[in-house]
Amino acid sequence: MKRVQFERSTVPYFFVAPQIAIIAVFFLWPAAQAIYQSFLLEDAFGLSSQFVWFRNYEDTILNFAWLQSAGFTVVFSAAVTLGSLSIALLLAVKANEVLHGSSSYKTMLMWAYAVAPPVAGLMGNLMFNPFIGDLYTAMNVLGWDFNQKLDAFDAGFVVILISVWKQVSVNFIFFLSGLQGISKGVMEAATLDCRSPTKRFWTITFPLLAPTTFFLMVINITYAFFETFGIIDTTTRGAPGGATNTLVYKVYTDGFLGADLGGSSAQSVILMLMVLALTVFQFRFIERKVHY
Amino acid sequence: MKLKQHIIALAAAAVVGGSASASFAATEIQWWHAMGGRLGEVVGEIADKYNASQSEYKLVATYKGGYEDTMTAGIAAFRAKNAPHIIQVFDAGAATIINAKGAVYPVADLMKDHGAGFNSADYISGVRYFYADSDDKMIGLPFNSSTPLLYYNKAALAKAGVEAPKTWEEFEAIAPKLKEAGYQALAQSHSPWIFSENFHSRHNIQLASANNGYDSTDAKIMYNNEHMIMHWTKVKEWLDNGYYGYYGKAWGDNQDAFVQGKVAMWLGSSGSFGGLKKSADFEFGTTYLPYWKSIIDEPKGTFIGGAALFSFVGHDEEEYKGVADFFEFLTSPESQFSWHKETGYVPITTAAYDLAKTEGYYKDTPDAEVGILQLSQPGGEWTKGYRLGYYVQIREAMYKAYENILTGNSSVEDAFADMEKESNVLLERFHDTYN
Repeated sequence: MKRVQFERSTVPYFFVAPQIAIIAVFFLWPAAQAIYQSFLLEDAFGLSSQFVWFRNYEDTILNFAWLQSAGFTVVFSAAVTLGSLSIALLLAVKANEVLHGSSSYKTMLMWAYAVAPPVAGLMGNLMFNPFIGDLYTAMNVLGWDFNQKLDAFDAGFVVILISVWKQVSVNFIFFLSGLQGISKGVMEAATLDCRSPTKRFWTITFPLLAPTTFFLMVINITYAFFETFGIIDTTTRGAPGGATNTLVYKVYTDGFLGADLGGSSAQSVILMLMVLALTVFQFRFIERKVHY
Repeated sequence: MKLKQHIIALAAAAVVGGSASASFAATEIQWWHAMGGRLGEVVGEIADKYNASQSEYKLVATYKGGYEDTMTAGIAAFRAKNAPHIIQVFDAGAATIINAKGAVYPVADLMKDHGAGFNSADYISGVRYFYADSDDKMIGLPFNSSTPLLYYNKAALAKAGVEAPKTWEEFEAIAPKLKEAGYQALAQSHSPWIFSENFHSRHNIQLASANNGYDSTDAKIMYNNEHMIMHWTKVKEWLDNGYYGYYGKAWGDNQDAFVQGKVAMWLGSSGSFGGLKKSADFEFGTTYLPYWKSIIDEPKGTFIGGAALFSFVGHDEEEYKGVADFFEFLTSPESQFSWHKETGYVPITTAAYDLAKTEGYYKDTPDAEVGILQLSQPGGEWTKGYRLGYYVQIREAMYKAYENILTGNSSVEDAFADMEKESNVLLERFHDTYN
């Protein structure tokens, strides 16, 4: 057998250079800075600094506040991912079946995509306002002694609800196009073989949607980890008692508001490692079950 | 002939244009502030007035967001060697900027070095020390100074047949009557500020070691004391009895409860006066922050809240001259009086206070004087202020502790113990970072 030899050329490097440059400038360099900072005790103005090894990690990670925040982040991310994926899937399946006026349904379900997280937070804040909030009133009328200011569960409920609402539209768009990508022939064959639509969905449609679901799961977890920051900031700000303080919000309050650069860097390095581990886990173990 | 006229006109235009650009070449002074909304407009007016009053310097006031955002912007600019001349820094951030050795030009030195008059005795006693070092040298120029006050809904108190309380003992006596009249008795907008810091000042209790943190960054928090535990045990009791309303961490949400007539009394800032006047459609009055008779017989004055102006190092002499000139303008009785009137913040000099009195301002609006009267109440050993590092985070720890008390998540003792532990870790970090 003769091995095919390609001539080496520098041209491909030239084409990927912009992408590499962007990653280097906007990701690698700041990440390296964060790692470096996490080993320093440095005053906010950068006038003095000392190398302290893992002091920042010890001070900021090994305490109740961080553990509480990590616990909430896990619960929150799981709830947001599961909630927004399942609601979006249900809506997409239903919207896909609609024959008349389907485009207006779809548009109405998609528009929330254009709402920025902080705006969603502000809207939610108004709806849960104890004086003028309709949802707040509704909850209490329905017999739920609802008070997100003094009840950790209720506060968690508010931020999860808003985050889910905000994310459903994105997932809906992807699920809908995923559904439309399934070939008619397969569906018709399935209809001949099986009468139950529920069973058809779980045995044929859902597995065929698996690549979409997997992709959405990855971006939803990232969303819950990082982008819900604006929602937390405009609603609970971590209250009550730090019960809704996500890890990334804690990085922000310690670093940006509190001017503790080292401590905040240490937390963001840990956060980076967590997301890295999560992504590896997803691609290693969950993606195996996905058939493209 | 025509042509000649044209040439003359052109030459004249060139001269005029030239002189206009000369005035643009006036030394620019950058001022970054955190005053939004109506307050921001007033700051803009101050800058305009100053620029109209002289031609050597051009003051540019820029809104940089809330207190924390402004400070972060200043820090980033300083690190990029592009710092503004003047930055507004709030009370909780003061320790960070003052302890960063070589970041700021102390205002007392700046004024003296550049021929501007400066005498710290001109300033009202409650204002004089807060932004000063342990030798009482002023580092920052107090700008928007406010102090916590009790606002009360006159109709609500009349309906219950009670008077505004002077002490917490009196409050406990009237709270059930207000409840009967259909009101929650009390809400407040900033529990770390009002129910911790000013609680200590009002009762003349030490709040941190090392002279409330003024003498050294090697300080320990002293909030975990019997008086605080007693007070917060009471607050929890009030909450459970329906006398106290907690509407979250946001300032406005608690103020709204008062504006909406849900609570009869509200603890807010003397600077809230102007805004309340606009939003509340009922008659309200102001009075001093209540105290516990059981702790102190004669209450002391309170701390100032708000923020001060700091000048960064690293600028030209000529620019500092401008800063000093502007500070002199800003602290003049006329400027202070108009700031006081427009915003409700207290005047910071005795001369400005006297001017407000001689102008008869307090005859028409006696409520506007309550804040400054409270600040002028006799001071004690522990009423000068406090200087604690990472205080933004310590306040967060306090919020957390108080919320845990109010939700019943932890006992008062445990909440304070946790808060003390968390605060001391932060103070130790700060001490090790800034020394």
